[in-house]
Amino acid sequence: MTTSIANTASSLPGETLADPVTGKTPDGGTGLPPAVSVRQSNRSLLHGLLTNKKAMTGAAILVVFIALALLAPVLYPDNPSKITGMASQEPDAEYWLGTTAKGQDVLALTIHGSRSSLFVGLTVGFASTFIGILVGLASAYFGKFIDEALSLTTNVFLLLPGLPLLVILAAFLPPGLGTVILVLVVTGWAGSARVLRSQALSIRSKDFVAAAVVTGERPLRIMFGEILPNMASIVMGTLLACIIYGIGAQAGLEFLGLGDVSTVSWGNNLYWAGNEGALLTGSWWVFVPSGVCIALVAFSLALINYAVDEVTNPRLRKIRKPKSDRPKPTQPVPTGKRVAA
Amino acid sequence: MRFILRRLGFYLIAFWVSITLNFLLPRFMPGDPVSRMFARTQDRMQPEQIEHLRKLLGVDDRPLWEQYVGYLHNMLTGQMGVSISRFPAPVTEVIGSQVGWTLLLGGTALVIAAVVGNLLGILAAWRRGGAVDSALPPLLIFIGSFPYFWLAMGALYLFGVTLGWFPIRHAFSDTIEPSFSWAFVSDVGMHLVLPALTIVLVSIGGWMLGMRNTMIATNAEDYITMAEAKGLRPGRIMFRYAARNAMLPSVTAFGMSLGFVVGGAMLTEVVFAYPGVGYQLLAAVQGLDYPLMQGLFLTITAAVLLANFLVDILYVRLDPRVRSN
Repeated sequence: MTTSIANTASSLPGETLADPVTGKTPDGGTGLPPAVSVRQSNRSLLHGLLTNKKAMTGAAILVVFIALALLAPVLYPDNPSKITGMASQEPDAEYWLGTTAKGQDVLALTIHGSRSSLFVGLTVGFASTFIGILVGLASAYFGKFIDEALSLTTNVFLLLPGLPLLVILAAFLPPGLGTVILVLVVTGWAGSARVLRSQALSIRSKDFVAAAVVTGERPLRIMFGEILPNMASIVMGTLLACIIYGIGAQAGLEFLGLGDVSTVSWGNNLYWAGNEGALLTGSWWVFVPSGVCIALVAFSLALINYAVDEVTNPRLRKIRKPKSDRPKPTQPVPTGKRVAA
Repeated sequence: MRFILRRLGFYLIAFWVSITLNFLLPRFMPGDPVSRMFARTQDRMQPEQIEHLRKLLGVDDRPLWEQYVGYLHNMLTGQMGVSISRFPAPVTEVIGSQVGWTLLLGGTALVIAAVVGNLLGILAAWRRGGAVDSALPPLLIFIGSFPYFWLAMGALYLFGVTLGWFPIRHAFSDTIEPSFSWAFVSDVGMHLVLPALTIVLVSIGGWMLGMRNTMIATNAEDYITMAEAKGLRPGRIMFRYAARNAMLPSVTAFGMSLGFVVGGAMLTEVVFAYPGVGYQLLAAVQGLDYPLMQGLFLTITAAVLLANFLVDILYVRLDPRVRSN
């Protein structure tokens, strides 16, 4: 590996001394001394995730869906809403997932639906996490009046009932993809802001931040250069949760008919399934695929999120050898059933 | 007391924000909702009603701040106007007839999910690596990944349409007269099973995992080891020592979930045509019934805020540390 050679050559004395064996891991190797610990902890997070079964299962499912979304125009070049078959056909060799009450191919609708659902989920996830980072960091860094004001706003938004607010907003705005994304970000950012603020607060009180303040670094540089890199795992957890929220909330909104009903997405597929009476006529194949897809994507993200928790919080890891981590009295503990955490 | 007053102030601000949102939305959103609404309902409405609605939705000629003050006054005195889709019933009357059903459905589901979920969490943390701990979390996360309206659709299809075990829509049968008779109560109960079940299934995993994770942290505390060393019964240590101290985050979560009770059961209500506020809110949106829509939103918000305030008071009793801050 060329990177490993470059890395060893350029790495700092302190780093090579610290871990001569793992120094092989490919890594930029251009950072300055203060960044070393950050980079290592982020690297160990990545390493932990790569060796975690839950994380890899989740990532595998996610990759399949992303591939499906990207390849949809190749797999099914025709307009997926086109009526191609008889109405309400059961799954067979020609229509693998059957047809809707209109006679559309359910498989085509499902494959194409992944595009809008994943796009909205990812956009909403990144946008709300970004706002959450801005608000959380500013709150924690500046403190005082700014913190009071931002926390108040965050808490109010957290408390306003999400779905009814979503419905009200969607009712007043013209329907469309942009509206859906805007509405979901407006109702979804507060949770991440609160989580990120509390984490940023604890880092704000660390010595190295105080040192940076004293040396006269600019606030933006401290917030994004010093504090943020130390929050990698929690930012990732927040991002995953926001994406799950985005996908689920879009589906809910569209299921109510408040999205743009002319586009193809998993939520709209379910809306039409309900609207065309798939439940009452017994056409289970019309509403099952889109729901299962939403669930699989959300499940894969939840798995990765769960793995991030496990990697960063040792207490949650599976115990292989109980009671080996700390010295215990030689006398057996009275309650034999309990396993020490 | 100081803490309570501070929280009260916060909730009042939150309530004011939601009233203001309600006031601003129809005035600053594109697409003039009033003309859309008039186009649909003009023939059914009296001129004075139209005049009143114009005022309510801000299409009259008064300056904005005057409208705002008037609006605040109206909302605080419960004058939410007249429903369009259920003309001429006042908005407050329509909402009053729906709120009970939502509280019944959401409340039942929330209590069952919280109690069972927390118990499972306690059990899982206590027997780390046991059957409950290894099998349930992944399964519940998977079930929890389904949109709950979709699980509702599935349950309706499977247990309602195909097997015919439970009724598939409304809160009680059309053939039965509402009264406090056994026949009516059991009929309501039967109609409640499927919608409540789907909400419980989706939300139980969150309760369990949250409780499990705090319990694991609590179990590592020294006072647990101490209690064990004293030879106390495991059941007593589990509930009196560990679970009691691990409960606090769950209490907060319970408060936040009360929002779910009033507003979040919405999609389930829609699937089962359950006559609660969520179902009504969708109907109001589809019928362009803006006064009813706003009234519902305000009622839901008020209920959520009130419930959270009550939980805050409870929290002070449970955790004395809050009082000193």
